[in-house]
Amino acid sequence: MATQTQAQFTQSLKKYYTVYTGGFLAFLVALAIAEQLGLPNRWIGYTFLFATIGLYAIIGIMSRTADVAEYYVAGRRVPAVFNGMATGADWMSAASFIGMAGGLYIQGYDGLAFIMGWTGGYVLVALFLAPYLRKFGQFTIPDFLGERYGGHTARLIGVGAAILCSFTYVVAQIYGVGLITARFTGIPLEIGVFVGLAGILVCSFLGGMRAVTWTQVAQYIILIVAYMIPVVWLSVQLTGFPIPQLSYGYALQKVTEREQVIKDDPKEIEVRGILKAKATAAEEKLKDPAAAWAAGKTEVEQKLAAVKSDRKATPEAVAAAEKAVADYPKDADAAKAAWTKEKGLAARANPPRAHSEAFPGKDEAARNTARLNFLALVFCLMVGTAALPHILMRYYTTPSVREARNSVGWSLFFIFLLYFTAPALAVLVKLDVYTHLVGSSFADLPRWVASWGAVDAALVSVKDLNMDGIVQLAEVVLGQDVIVLATPEIGGLPYVISGLVAAGGLAAALSTADGLLLTIANALSHDVYYKMIDPHASTKRRLTVAKVLLLIVALFAASVAAQKPADILFLVSAAFSFAAAAFFPALVLGIFWKRASQWGAVLGMLAGVGITFYYMATTQVWLRGVFGVTSSIADNTWFGISPISAGVFGVPLGFAVIILVSLVTPAPGKKVQELIEHVRYPHLKGSAARSA
Amino acid sequence: MQLTERHREYWRKNLAITAILLGIWFVVTYVVGFFARELNTITFFGWPLGFYMGAQGSLIIYVISIFYYAIHMNKLDKEYGVSEED
Repeated sequence: MATQTQAQFTQSLKKYYTVYTGGFLAFLVALAIAEQLGLPNRWIGYTFLFATIGLYAIIGIMSRTADVAEYYVAGRRVPAVFNGMATGADWMSAASFIGMAGGLYIQGYDGLAFIMGWTGGYVLVALFLAPYLRKFGQFTIPDFLGERYGGHTARLIGVGAAILCSFTYVVAQIYGVGLITARFTGIPLEIGVFVGLAGILVCSFLGGMRAVTWTQVAQYIILIVAYMIPVVWLSVQLTGFPIPQLSYGYALQKVTEREQVIKDDPKEIEVRGILKAKATAAEEKLKDPAAAWAAGKTEVEQKLAAVKSDRKATPEAVAAAEKAVADYPKDADAAKAAWTKEKGLAARANPPRAHSEAFPGKDEAARNTARLNFLALVFCLMVGTAALPHILMRYYTTPSVREARNSVGWSLFFIFLLYFTAPALAVLVKLDVYTHLVGSSFADLPRWVASWGAVDAALVSVKDLNMDGIVQLAEVVLGQDVIVLATPEIGGLPYVISGLVAAGGLAAALSTADGLLLTIANALSHDVYYKMIDPHASTKRRLTVAKVLLLIVALFAASVAAQKPADILFLVSAAFSFAAAAFFPALVLGIFWKRASQWGAVLGMLAGVGITFYYMATTQVWLRGVFGVTSSIADNTWFGISPISAGVFGVPLGFAVIILVSLVTPAPGKKVQELIEHVRYPHLKGSAARSA
Repeated sequence: MQLTERHREYWRKNLAITAILLGIWFVVTYVVGFFARELNTITFFGWPLGFYMGAQGSLIIYVISIFYYAIHMNKLDKEYGVSEED
């Protein structure tokens, strides 16, 4: 393929991926027919798992390489459209694919912070970073910091920050891969994580960025097909129109009408009253858990004794009383945990929140704080998007600056396809739940309720609290992750589509995990080993080091994921604030302000990350525990901002410190000035242009 | 290599379009977001407008902005002789 021109290469890529997409659709049809002929669901699951991972493995092996530029930046010949698809898959993680529509279902308007934040960041990538990084044309993001600011300090901080944000993120992805693998095959999560890891490594181990790029394109195609089919189907069923993105405004109006009816329905009010009473009782007991536990224990035991001595008691009543004793919490601590959970029922005792209402709150002050937090979160997600090294790295792989600019457009376009569908999916599922599930009889529940409830009660649970045999909305609990996963069943589609959706989620998690692992391993092998330890290393040695490091990082991340770390979701969101504070000011000023100096950048990055970390450590419950912070959260909170949006302080501080310190330290030398001019112009005649 | 006046003009034009698109990005994201409650009283093809802007409108404007920037800059490169092809 080395002799091909770029145009021929693009042509053959189009051919390959068209054949691939056709083949995949044929595979779906064949499986659907096999299902009709009686192939059991379990086998459909296995087929999807092994067929898709096998496919990625084939692409991964075909893309093996021993060339440094191929390994680190896919030979810099990825056409804009394909780089767009690869970036889309790289970007959209298990959280985007599985979690986002569920988040919108639960939070309504407030969930849109993720939709806007995770797309609007690309405007910043396009305007401030992608074309200039492409012109710079090296291998990693710390590379740019190292060259632009000189010395190893800025590079090393860049490496540290890249690892900090990418590692927490990759642990979450591997965890997601393990979870889906476990669901597919019934193997335990701890083993599923390592099976998933094999799936991740086959894509990246032999071919680095080159292999990751071409598998990511393949994964994008699967994930977008998997996301669209169920939504389109549901849209046809509920609105009679096959383009949900255009028609769900109508569905949203119906949801709003239903919200009003449900809010005032006497049966709903009754159930909410029951929940409220339970929560209040639990709160009462929690005031003195030890005493309440002892009193409760005596009560159930006395009741059992009374029933047993009562000759008229039915066997059922005796069994119920015995069960009450057996189920009673073993000790005061267990009781405390159970009551704390019951106290949480208070959240369900409220009428459903209006789906489209922005920043709900009990009074004006609460609404203003909600709005401030929404905007702050959008800011952190956007700037974080424009600073995450695994995304920025992708723009090194296009053939030219021109293609890099176009490629950002294509990236966002392919991401947009999924992101503007997610709110539609959330509204359609809500309409289905509010009209079909609510009001149905407990004797005749939809099948998906039972099948997903059996998987995990946290995903779906419906209990008849007021014993009227009819489902009230307040009796329904839907977990965030079930919304996307159960959509095919809610729409009454065959099981093959459920398998497809799971394969899509797997593709999303695998592709992101690959990009992240490569970022970490490359920062270590290229920036630390090659640039700092042994600049004379041979090509062969560099690639060997890169692959060994990739393997070590992957195994380490998988073993962390197998521990099922708590607060993984918080860590992932925190990665955005960290990336934003660490990289964005230093990268942007490095390109747009010639005066920005080494010490400005070094101190600015440290200050940005420092304040972000300080704010999280003093206001986030889990981190406060880790660092033993005892002062009250309210005292440490600034302007009511949540810890997840700490980057809103880190980014401005980073800019301010870089500017102030740069002004009091010497301006960068001539070589750096020339580098800045070099990156600002796609082509300067007479300049010693680096080979592209 | 010495930059000519034409090079400086190219860079100024780049900064100008960057500033304009950043301004649009800011208004669409933060000004519209800030007034989402008020905009929600207006109905737009069935959607409350504030919700629509968050779920679709702003995204469409982001995509268009990026493509516009790419086309504009690729043209500017040619006009000022800094394009990679020559």
